[in-house]
Amino acid sequence: MATAEFSSVNTLQSNGKYAVELKNIHIYYGAFRAVNNVSLQIERQRITAFIGPSGCGKSTVLRAINRMNDLIPGSRLEGQILFHGKNIYDPDVDPVEVRRRIGMVFQKPNPFPKSIYENIMFGPRINGWRGTKQQADELVERALRGAAIWDEVKDKLHQPGTALSGGQQQRLCIARALAVQPEVILMDEPCSSLDPISTLKIEELMFELRQNYTIVIVTHNMQQAARVSDYTAFFLMNESRAGELIEYGPTTQIFQNPQDERTENYISGRFG
Amino acid sequence: MSAQSMDQRDRPTGYLPEGADINRNIAARRLRGAIWQAIFVSSLIIGLLALATLIYTIVDDTFGYIAVQTKVDPEELTGGRPLEELSKEELIEILRANVSAGLFRRFDRDEPFSERSKESVLQLVEERVVGREVVAAYKLTESLLERERIEATVRERFPRAKLEFHSWINREFLTRPMSSVPILAGVGNAILGSLWVIAITMLLAIPIGILGGVYLEEYASDTWYYRLIETNINNLAGVPSIIYGILGLAVFVRALESFTSGAMFGVTDSNGRTILSAGLTMALLVLPLMIINAREAIRAVPQSLRQASYGLGATKWQTVWHHVLPNALPGILTGTILSASRAMGETAPLIVIGASTFVVFFPDSVFDKFTVIPIQIYNWTSQPGAQFRSIAAAAIIVLLVTLLALNATAILLRNRLRRNY
Ligand SMILES: Nc1ncnc2c1ncn2[C@@H]1O[C@H](COP(=O)(O)OP(=O)(O)O)[C@@H](O)[C@H]1O
Ligand SMILES: [Mg+2]
Repeated sequence: MATAEFSSVNTLQSNGKYAVELKNIHIYYGAFRAVNNVSLQIERQRITAFIGPSGCGKSTVLRAINRMNDLIPGSRLEGQILFHGKNIYDPDVDPVEVRRRIGMVFQKPNPFPKSIYENIMFGPRINGWRGTKQQADELVERALRGAAIWDEVKDKLHQPGTALSGGQQQRLCIARALAVQPEVILMDEPCSSLDPISTLKIEELMFELRQNYTIVIVTHNMQQAARVSDYTAFFLMNESRAGELIEYGPTTQIFQNPQDERTENYISGRFG
Repeated sequence: MSAQSMDQRDRPTGYLPEGADINRNIAARRLRGAIWQAIFVSSLIIGLLALATLIYTIVDDTFGYIAVQTKVDPEELTGGRPLEELSKEELIEILRANVSAGLFRRFDRDEPFSERSKESVLQLVEERVVGREVVAAYKLTESLLERERIEATVRERFPRAKLEFHSWINREFLTRPMSSVPILAGVGNAILGSLWVIAITMLLAIPIGILGGVYLEEYASDTWYYRLIETNINNLAGVPSIIYGILGLAVFVRALESFTSGAMFGVTDSNGRTILSAGLTMALLVLPLMIINAREAIRAVPQSLRQASYGLGATKWQTVWHHVLPNALPGILTGTILSASRAMGETAPLIVIGASTFVVFFPDSVFDKFTVIPIQIYNWTSQPGAQFRSIAAAAIIVLLVTLLALNATAILLRNRLRRNY
C-alpha cells in the first residue's frame, strides 16, 4: 500500500519546509473550469489564508487539498498536490488516509447529533481505535483542551453536541478534527456564522494550534486574514470565470506592499 | 418650502391610488381575500361532511336493536348456567344429545372433537342446538328514534322473539372465525390472516426496500441505466394494484406453485393460493413505496453530516452506517408503517390471486388458505340482508381503527424522533 509512503514519515523528522505543495492544479466541475493553474507551497506550522471575492475558487482549492472534492460528482483535478513528497492524487493513494492526515473544519458548524464525547471519539473509532476506556477519556480531554473548550463542556460530556452555542459547536468540530491527529487543518470560513466574541476565541485558538499544526484558512474577512495569518494567497476570477492565484506571499507584504495592482485594489476595498 | 418642492419633484405621481382611492383599493383587496377564505372553508366543510357521512353509515349499521328467537331456551339445556361457563366435555355431551347421530359424526369427521377448541364446540352448540336466530335487525337511528314502532312490529310478527340492543362489534366478533350465520360470524381468522400476510410482506419489503434505497442514494452514480431504474421504480409505485394481483397469480400462484403451496416442503392438500403467495404479492406492491420512502429519508440527512464524517477519514460504508442510516431511521420507520397500512387495506390483488372468502379455520402456517379483513368486508357486503350489512360495517370499523392506529403511530414516531441538526 503506497499510503505507507507518507504514513511512515514522522512529521517531526520530516525536514521539508512545506507541508503541502500545489503544482499547476486545474480543477473542473464537469466541463466548467473553476480553478486555473494554481501553484503554491504551504509552509509547515504556519497559518496560510486564502482571500478573494466569492466564487473565485478558494473553497474549491481548499477541498482539493484533502480530496473532499472527490465527493462532488463530476469534479476533476489536473496537476499535483504533494504531501510528504507524494502526490495525493496518485491512483494508489486512498483518499480516506489523506483525509485523516489533513483534517477539515467547515463553514457551518456540523457536530454529529450525538454526545460531545461521541463526537470526539467517532474519528478515532472509525480509524481503528484500540485504546482502553481510560485512554479514550484522556483523548477526549486532550482534544477538547486543544480546542479551548474543555472548561465549558467538561460537566456535560454526555449531552448532545448540537445543544451547544454556535461558537462552541465550531470549537467542538475543531476538537473532533484534532482527535484523529492530523498534520494539516483546513478551515473554510470557520467564523462566518459566528458572533465577534466567538470569532475572537477561534482566532486565539488558531494561534495556539499553529505550534503543532499547519493551518489553511479561507476567509472573507480581510482584517481576520491580516490578524491571524502568516501567509496570504489572493485569488481572483479571470475573464472565463476560472479562479486564478494572483499573488501569494507573507501577509505583511500582501497587505502593506502588494506587487499586483488587483491585489492592492481588493485590499483597499477598491475592488471592481 | 424648498424641501417640499424637492419632495414633489422627486416623487412621480399617478402610479399608486391616492386620497379616497386608497380606502377603496384596500376594501377591494380585503373583499377578494374574504371570498377566497370562504372558498377554502367550504371545501373543508365538504370534506368533513363526506367523512361524517361515512362514519354515520358505518356506525348506523353497527349498532341497533335485533329481535332474537331461539329453538331451545339455553337455560333449559344447562339447568340455569350460562353456556359459556360449561367445560368442553359438557358442551360435547349437549351436542351429542341434541343433534342426530349422523350430524354429530360429520362434525367429528370435519375436525375431531378431541382437537377442537372449546370455542369451536360452543359455536356448534349455539348454531345447531340453541339455534339462536336473529329474525329482524334494525339500524341505530331507527332504534333510537322509533323504539315503539319497532317493539310493536316485533310483537306482532315474531311473538316468541326477544328484542335486545346489540353491538355487532364485540369481543366474540373479534375472536370468532367466519360463519354463514351473521350473528355467529367473526373476523378473528381474517385478523389473523391479515397479520400473517403483513408479516411476510414486511419481512421482505423492509430489508430490500432499505438496502435498495441506500444503494440508489449513496452508491449509484448518475448514469443512464440508474436513471432508468429510478424512473421505473417511481412508475411502479403508481401501477394499479390489480396489476400486481395478476403478476402474483402468474408468478407465485402458478409458476412457483410447488414453493408457495408448500409441496416442496412436504405439505399436501394445498394449492398455490396461500398466505405465502399473498404476502409475496403484497411485498412486490409495497416495495417501490419502501424504496422511494427510504431514498427520501436518506436524502433528508444533511450533506454536512456526511462531509463531517468523510472529513475525519471515514469510508463510505462507515458514513452510511454510523450517520446516514441512524439519522434516516425515523423517516424510514414512518414510511414502513405507512406501507404496512397500505398492504393492510389492499383488496383487489388478493381477490385476483384467489383469497378464500369462506375460511372457518384459523391459519397456522404460511401454506394455509387465507382471508384478510378487507376480503371479508367485500364478501359480506355482497351478501343479501341487513345482518350481513351490519357485520360488514363492524369489520370496516375494525379495519379503520387498525389503519388509524398504524398511521397515528407513524405520526407519533416522526414527531418523537425528529432531529434538530
Ligand atoms: N459543487 C459544485 N458544483 C459545480 N460548481 C461548483 C461547485 N462548487 C463550486 N462550484 C463553482 O466553482 C466556482 C468556485 O466556487 P468556490 O470554490 O465555492 O468559491 P469561493 O469559495 O471562493 O467562494 C464557482 O463558480 C462555483 O459556482
Ligand atoms: Mg467558499
